[in-house]
Amino acid sequence: MALSGIQIYKMLPQTNCKECGFPTCLAFSMKLAAKQVELGDCPYVTDESKQQLAESSAPPIRLITLKGKDAEVAVGNEVVLFRHEKKFVNRPGVLIRVADTDEKETITAKVEAATAYIVDYVGLDLKLDGFAVEAASGDAATFTAAVDAVRKSSNLPLILVGNDPAVIEAGLTVLDGEKPLIMGANAENWEAMADLAKKAETALGVEAGTLEELAELTEKIQGKGVEDMVLHPTGQGMSSSLALQTQIRRLALKNFRPLGYPTIAFAGSGGNPAKEATLAAHSICKYAGFVVLDTFSPELVYSVLVLRENIFTDPQKPIQVLPAIYEINDPKPDDPVLVTTNFSITYFSVANEVEGSGLPAWLVVADAEGMSVLTAWAAGKFDAESIAKAVKQFGVGDKVSKKVIVLPGHVAVLSGELEEELPDWEIRVGPREAVDLPGYMKSALT
Amino acid sequence: MSIEIPKDKWPGAVQTVTLGATAEQGGTRTKVVTIGGEQTLPFMHFESETPNRPVIAMEMSSSRPGGWSQVLQDTWGDVLDDPAKWAQACEQAGAELIVLMFGLTDADDNPITPDFAVQTVKAVLEATGLPLVVLGPGQVDIDNAILVPIADATKGERLVLGLCEEGNYRTIVAAAMANDHLVLGRTPMDVNLAKQLNILMTDMGLPRDRIIMDPTTGALGYGIEYGYSVMERLRLAALQGDAMTQLPLMVNPGFESWKTKESKVGEGVPDAWGDWAERGVHWETVTAVSLIEAGADVVVLRHPDSLTRVKESIDELMAAEPV
Ligand code: B12
Ligand code: SF4
Repeated sequence: MALSGIQIYKMLPQTNCKECGFPTCLAFSMKLAAKQVELGDCPYVTDESKQQLAESSAPPIRLITLKGKDAEVAVGNEVVLFRHEKKFVNRPGVLIRVADTDEKETITAKVEAATAYIVDYVGLDLKLDGFAVEAASGDAATFTAAVDAVRKSSNLPLILVGNDPAVIEAGLTVLDGEKPLIMGANAENWEAMADLAKKAETALGVEAGTLEELAELTEKIQGKGVEDMVLHPTGQGMSSSLALQTQIRRLALKNFRPLGYPTIAFAGSGGNPAKEATLAAHSICKYAGFVVLDTFSPELVYSVLVLRENIFTDPQKPIQVLPAIYEINDPKPDDPVLVTTNFSITYFSVANEVEGSGLPAWLVVADAEGMSVLTAWAAGKFDAESIAKAVKQFGVGDKVSKKVIVLPGHVAVLSGELEEELPDWEIRVGPREAVDLPGYMKSALT
Repeated sequence: MSIEIPKDKWPGAVQTVTLGATAEQGGTRTKVVTIGGEQTLPFMHFESETPNRPVIAMEMSSSRPGGWSQVLQDTWGDVLDDPAKWAQACEQAGAELIVLMFGLTDADDNPITPDFAVQTVKAVLEATGLPLVVLGPGQVDIDNAILVPIADATKGERLVLGLCEEGNYRTIVAAAMANDHLVLGRTPMDVNLAKQLNILMTDMGLPRDRIIMDPTTGALGYGIEYGYSVMERLRLAALQGDAMTQLPLMVNPGFESWKTKESKVGEGVPDAWGDWAERGVHWETVTAVSLIEAGADVVVLRHPDSLTRVKESIDELMAAEPV
C-alpha cells in the first residue's frame, strides 16, 4: 500500500534545503505521495529509505507479463476487491490447455483454431491469450515435441505445466526470446524450479493447497532471485477456490507481499465444457489472473470473453461510440434515417442488424451520455430535443431527400414531441428490438 | 509461516424469508423454500455459515409465450401450451421454485380475465407442490385486476406476488398482507431506489420477512456488469447494517439472457458464435453463476440444462469444507 505524505516525510532528511524545488521536505513528501514528483529529485535520500519507498510504491499485486512470439498478456496490478470501488485493471488472461499426450494433429488443429479465433463484441475484437501445454507424459522429448507443435501453430504466449524441472527445461528450449510462465513449483521441487525460472527468465507458477504453504514457497523462491510469480491455490471445488482466491486478494491488498501475485485457475474439468463455462465465470468474477480452459469451442469462448469484458469495464464509464451520423451499406438520399443512442451495446445491436440485412440506412447516433435507449430516456438524455439537435448538428437534412426518421420502438412516446421539434420530417416508430429492424425496413419502409 | 486470514465481521445480516406454506402452515405446498439469512458475503464459509443455499426458480407462462427462443420451444415442446404440465415439467427438471408469468392475453389472444388468472394459478398449484411466484403482465391496472383475486383465492399459500414497483405497490402489498402472501419489489438497478421501495412497502405494515427484492439485471453482454455491481453494493449495505437493504435478492438471468440475439437467433450470425443451443445455455449459465457470486438468493432460469449446471455450481459453492 502506498505511504502517506507524513510517512514519507519521516524518511526524508528533514533539512528543508529546497534543492528539490520545494520549500520544505514536507511539501516534497506530499507531492511524492501524490506521485507528482520523482524520489530522485531529492539528492539526500538514504539508500535504506529509497528501498523502503520503492517497496511501498510497488503495486500490491505484481504485474506479470507473459510474452509469446508476437503477443503478450499482462495480469495483476489490481487494487480493489469490488469492481464498483475502482475498476478492475487487467483482464485475466484466458488460455487453452493441451496435453503432450494428445495426438500431434489434435494439438495442432486445436491450437490453430483457437489462435485464429476472433469475435466482434460491440466493436471490440475479442481473442484468446495463449496456451498451456501440459507435460502429462512426464517425458522430456514428448513434451518438447508438443511445445514445438504448439509454437509452430501459434505465436501466442505459453504456459508450460509440469512438476519435473528437467522436462520443463527441455520444453523451454523450443522457445526463444519469449517469456512464458512455467509451473509449478511445489514443496518438493521449488528449488530446481526457481533455478530454472531464474536462468530462463520466465515467470514461475507456485502451487499449494494452503496460503501458508504458498507464502512460504514464494518467499523462498524470491530469496533465489525470482520476482515474477503466479499463485496456483489448489483447493478442490468452487467453494474452496473462492475462499482461497478471496483471501489471497484481501491479504495482497493489505500489502502482504508473499501473496502479492496474480493467481491462475484451471477451469477445465475432464472435457466437460458445460462445467467449464460456470467455472470460468466464477474465476473471472472472483479474482483469477489467468483462466485456463480445456475445451476450445466458439460458443464457450465467446461467452467467457464477453463476461471478462463486462466485469472489467470501468464502472464509471459506459463503453460508448462517437455521436455522429453513420452510413450503413452505402445509403443514398432516399434511404431511411434511423435514430439511436451512443451506448456501444445499443449502437452495435442496431448497426450490426442493419449491416447484416444488406439494407442501406443513415444511422443517427445522438449523444445520450453512453446510455441505452430506455435508460437514457428515463434519465432525460434521449428526448425529442436531443434527437432534433443531433439531426440538425449532423446536417442530416442535407443528406437525404426523403425526410423520414425512424425512432426505436421503446420510445414511441417521443414521436409527438419530435414532430414539433422537426416539423418538416415524418416521424415513424420502429420495432422495439433491433433484431426486428430488417424485417420492418423491408416491409414498412420500402 | 502462520498467516492471519482477514475475516470480515459484519454487524448486519440478510433477512430470512420463507416462500410457500405446507398444509400445517395453512397452505397446500409439499415443499417450502427458505432463503436469505446470510451474515457474510456470498459463500465466505470461513467467516460464517451460509444458512440457506441460493435457489433456482424456473420461469413459465400462463400460455405459450410469444417471442421465446426456438431453442427453448424445442426443448420444452408441447408443455408450453399447458401451464399445469409445464409446472410439472419444471419440477421434474429440478426447479425448487416456480415463477408463473401472466401475459396480456390468453392462448386465444383474448385479454386475460381475473377468472382465467385465478384458474391458472389454481391449476399450477395443483400440478406441483413447489412454492409459487406469480407475476402480472406489468401493466398496473391489469396487474391489480388479477393479483388481488389471485391473492384472495390462495390465502395462506405464501405465494410471492409481483411486480411491485414504485408506481403500483400499494394494491399488491395490501392484497399480500390480507392473505398471508409475500411480494416481489423491482427497481431499476439502483441501490437507493431499491431501499426507497422497501421503505414504502414496510411503511404500509408489511413485515420484512415477506419481501424479496429484484434489483434488475442485464444479460451477459447486455449490461450484466451493472446488475452485478448493484447486487454487490446492496449486499455490502445489508451486511453493514442498513435494514432496508437486508432482503433476499431475486434476479432473472433466464429472461434477460434468452432475449439477447445470441440466444434467440441461430442463423446468419458469425461463426465465432458457435453452436446456437449450447450458446444459449452458456449465456444463461454464465449470467446466472456470475449473479450468484454477486449475491443472488434466487435465480430465475428458463432452460433445464442451465438449471442442472447452475445447480452443480451451487452445490460446489455451498460445500463448506475447511480451507
Ligand atoms: C443497464 C441498465 C442501466 C445502467 C445504464 C447502462 C447504460 N449505459 O445505459 C444503469 C445502472 C446506469 C441504469 C440507470 C438507470 N436506469 Co436503467 N436499465 C438498465 C437495463 C437493465 C438494461 C439496459 C440495456 O443496456 N439494454 C440493452 C440495450 C442494447 O438496449 P436498448 O438501448 O434499448 O437497445 C435495444 C432496442 O431499444 C433497439 N433499438 C435501439 N436503438 C434503436 C433504433 C431503432 C430505430 C430501432 C427500431 C430499435 C432500436 O435495439 C436494441 C436491441 O434490441 C434496463 C432494463 C432491461 N433489462 O432492459 C434498465 C432500464 C432501462 N433502466 C431504467 C431506469 C428507470 C433507470 C434510471 C432512471 C433509474 C435510476 N437508477 O435512477 C437510471 C437512469 C440513469 C441515470 N440517471 O444516470 C428503466 C427504464 C424504465 C422506463 N421504461 O422508462 C429500465 C427499463 C428498467 C426498468 N424496468 O425499470 N440503467
Ligand atoms: S531536496 Fe530533499 S532534503 Fe532538500 S528540501 Fe527537498 S526533500 Fe528536503
